[in-house]
Amino acid sequence: MFNKITVAALATTLTLSTSISYAGPKAEVLHWWTSGGEAKSVAVLQKEFSENGGSWTDMPVAGGGGDAAMTALRARVLSGNAPAAVQLKGPSIQEWYEEGALADISDVAKKNNWSSVLPASIAGHMKCEGKWCAAPVNVHRIDWIWANASVLKSNGFGMPKTWDEFNATAKALQAKGIIPLAHGGQAWQDATVFEAVALGIGGANFFHDAFVKLDKKALQSDTMVKVFDQMRTMRGFVDKNFSGRDWNLATAMVMNGEAAFQIMGDWAKGEFLAAGKVPGKDFLCASTPGEGFLYNVDSFAMFKVKGSDRQDGQKLLAKLIVGKNFQKVFNLNKGSIPARTDVALNEFDQCAHVSAADMNASSVGGTLLPSYAHGMALRGAQAGAITDTVTAHFNSDMSSKDAVAMLVKAIDNSK
Amino acid sequence: MINNINNTNYTNLLLRFLLYFILIVFVLYYLLPLFVMITTSLKSLEEIRTGSLVSLPRNITFEAWGTAWSSACTGIQCEGLRPFFWNSIFIAIPAVFISTLIGALNGYVVAQWRFRGANIIFALMLFGCFIPFQVILLPMARILGLMDLAGSITGLIFVHVIYGIGFTTLFFRNYYVNIPNELVKAAKIDGATFLRIFWSIFLPLSLPIIVVTVIWQFTQIWNDFLFGVSFSQAGTQPITVALNNIVNSTTGVKEYNVDMAAAIIAAMPTLIVYVFAGKYFIRGLTAGSVKG
Amino acid sequence: MSNWLEKHLPKIVLGPSFLVIILFVYGFIAWTAWISFTRSRLMPKYDIDGFIQYQRLFDSPRWEVAIDNLFIFGFLFILISMLLGLVIAIFLDQKIRIEGALRTIYLYPMALSLIVTGTAWKWILNPGLGLESVIKGWGFKDFTFDWVINPDFAIYTVVIAGVWQASGFVMALFLAGLRSVDQEIIKAAQVDGVPTLRIYTAIIIPSMAPIFLSAFIVLAHLAIKSFDLVIALTGGGPGYATDLPATYMYTMAFSRGDIGQAASSAIIMMLVVFAVVVPYLYSELRNKNDQ
Repeated sequence: MFNKITVAALATTLTLSTSISYAGPKAEVLHWWTSGGEAKSVAVLQKEFSENGGSWTDMPVAGGGGDAAMTALRARVLSGNAPAAVQLKGPSIQEWYEEGALADISDVAKKNNWSSVLPASIAGHMKCEGKWCAAPVNVHRIDWIWANASVLKSNGFGMPKTWDEFNATAKALQAKGIIPLAHGGQAWQDATVFEAVALGIGGANFFHDAFVKLDKKALQSDTMVKVFDQMRTMRGFVDKNFSGRDWNLATAMVMNGEAAFQIMGDWAKGEFLAAGKVPGKDFLCASTPGEGFLYNVDSFAMFKVKGSDRQDGQKLLAKLIVGKNFQKVFNLNKGSIPARTDVALNEFDQCAHVSAADMNASSVGGTLLPSYAHGMALRGAQAGAITDTVTAHFNSDMSSKDAVAMLVKAIDNSK
Repeated sequence: MINNINNTNYTNLLLRFLLYFILIVFVLYYLLPLFVMITTSLKSLEEIRTGSLVSLPRNITFEAWGTAWSSACTGIQCEGLRPFFWNSIFIAIPAVFISTLIGALNGYVVAQWRFRGANIIFALMLFGCFIPFQVILLPMARILGLMDLAGSITGLIFVHVIYGIGFTTLFFRNYYVNIPNELVKAAKIDGATFLRIFWSIFLPLSLPIIVVTVIWQFTQIWNDFLFGVSFSQAGTQPITVALNNIVNSTTGVKEYNVDMAAAIIAAMPTLIVYVFAGKYFIRGLTAGSVKG
Repeated sequence: MSNWLEKHLPKIVLGPSFLVIILFVYGFIAWTAWISFTRSRLMPKYDIDGFIQYQRLFDSPRWEVAIDNLFIFGFLFILISMLLGLVIAIFLDQKIRIEGALRTIYLYPMALSLIVTGTAWKWILNPGLGLESVIKGWGFKDFTFDWVINPDFAIYTVVIAGVWQASGFVMALFLAGLRSVDQEIIKAAQVDGVPTLRIYTAIIIPSMAPIFLSAFIVLAHLAIKSFDLVIALTGGGPGYATDLPATYMYTMAFSRGDIGQAASSAIIMMLVVFAVVVPYLYSELRNKNDQ
């Protein structure tokens, strides 16, 4: 006959042993999507994760495009307590892999056919020495130019197709007292404009040679001098209070008609939409003059963690990230387009359609290029060296030739 | 304090007026940012977009404050600053207490129990006040990991105590140095021990400097961001990390009124400490803590 | 046994703190120095590679700007905070009726972290949004105050915000010091007919020399730590015109994955601090020994 205590003890042991043996997939996720709209987008992933039995621990750290998050990440890795998934992009993924910190999720990729649903260049960023180590979330396009529709219409201008056309339009608008280019004078914004100009003036091959291969001939070429010349011209088109201005305040200038254009990535669309503006009616979107597509792919890199619950959590997370539903919903909220090519785009707006079509076309044509300004093309030290030069040139009256010399020297110094 | 002898003199009246005037001008300098922050937090986003910086709010709304406290997004969690408030309290209070106690004992030793090398040890400890925190982030992360304290509140308390010792020792030592050594000698003759002398003689005299030290330490620890972001994890993040997440989101839509309200809420405890303890602060410093 | 314990208790009490400082301050400085001789990028590596990081550092135009700024900012910040603190303390010492309220107003900025106040100052200093546009709006059309967007002048705006934050604390230090000067000497001087100004310059201010020292230590500490201030106010801009060694170090370490470079900049910064602070510490502690 069973003693009550024995029964209780048995029952407890049974429950304990089953719960210790497996607690369900877990994932601690480090990211910097902390504003209202961004957070809503990530919450979609969390919901799907928990619907599939997973428990998500959120570790958000905002600021500086990820600087503070990188600080926290380094401290966590050094203390042996890395989070399971981290918002990382570009060469940093491969750099972390070289430090031995990343996990291998090739089995998830194979099971879910990632190679066939992701464009080749994007898939390349997610692989570390041939093994899949990260999952792409979206594709942001960098080389967009936004405009106030009524300002352009009432002055009889369309979206510029060449940089000369841009300059002419800008000069005419400036004469009428409209600020041609709304710009925020922070280093990364200067870099954004710079690379759009470089792509437009030099073309895709030039961009690839200069900013991906860091080929000295391209960096020292006359084309590069011309790029800096155009930057000098652009400098004349911004208002005098541009320094230090946040990017969204520049977008506001376009919205209220104070300025005509802004060159900014597609997250600017979020500002317009949040203020109730309609694409095509209130604001116009187009690619900056030139052939090509500069992309910024946000992704989650999977770090080596201990425990089967954490590892399962990573695998589940990776699968869901590249899943059709998350790709659709996240990008609807964020202003970017899905990394996955087979997602139906009927709910996306006009600008997203243009972006997706361009992405496919440039992928086929070989002009789909990683953004240097947003950390996709180069490692931090080299990208930083280029940005230092660009921003120094933009904020002074340095000559283009001097800028090119400084550029080459800075890149040499950063290797 | 210098007393003016002839108060009814016109020149004196004029000087007095000038004095007040200059002080008020400085008041504007000091209050301006707070004014901007408060008025912005009471405006609606539309009004911020269209109005001027120093204009008073047309329609006062406290919505931003509510959002900042309980529904602003700091990540997926959209619960405002509230959940993080307690983390900061659990970190700050023990850390302030422990570092103050250690500083008091250290200051007592260095000031009253001079042994060979005490001053050099003190100087070496003082230099620790100048180390920039970015330098110690990575090695400290490694050590916290080895001690299995990574990501915990205890770990953060540990770090704050270590880097507070330099200052707390400085404050107490400067204070105790002005207490005549004869007290200790007399007590020793009476048979009192090291700890007893501290407990019954020095500690009771120390209230002013304890206030100074507590205020300084509390401010530094409560407002720290770097240690907080590097050595915490989900669930142990202090309020400064949450504030940073609200204010510094990179590519999201910025709600300046919520940002300002959140900033003021995060600063409340330190502001309250300063407003109420301010006069003890001066008293504490006056009582010989600072002079030689 | 207990006699031995009693005799050595002071050292035993001080011991742990001292050991902790040796490890966590000097040990870490040594670690940083080691790293500064390696080619560490994303994470620390320990293979020594000579002076390459220092070479790169001195070749970097941005570092040059950062070091220059440290001297400009440090000097102005410490000097102006001290002067302002002293002047306000002297004024407050004149039996002002609203002293309590004024004192709180001058002191409160120290309570706010700069993540908080940085945005407010950024707006106030911005020509289009802040002070310049407000004063222009009042009718002074020619007023300009655009330092913050001017690479040559931006560092001075950092001084303005920094002084705002720290001078109240310095003022408190000086006020306390003023009030603890021996009243007998002052009364005697007044009886002798010495003018007020001279009483200040010849008696009071010299006797506050030790307070200047404490104020200096606090201000120097803040100047070196000035990282949040720059990031919040100018982000290091325009361009990198307001970069300081602390922000340079942080950028190299955490956004550029260049820890070796960050370490070398940290060591140079520590050497500069050492060169300035140690003489003061030496003179201060020497005076103490003479007592």
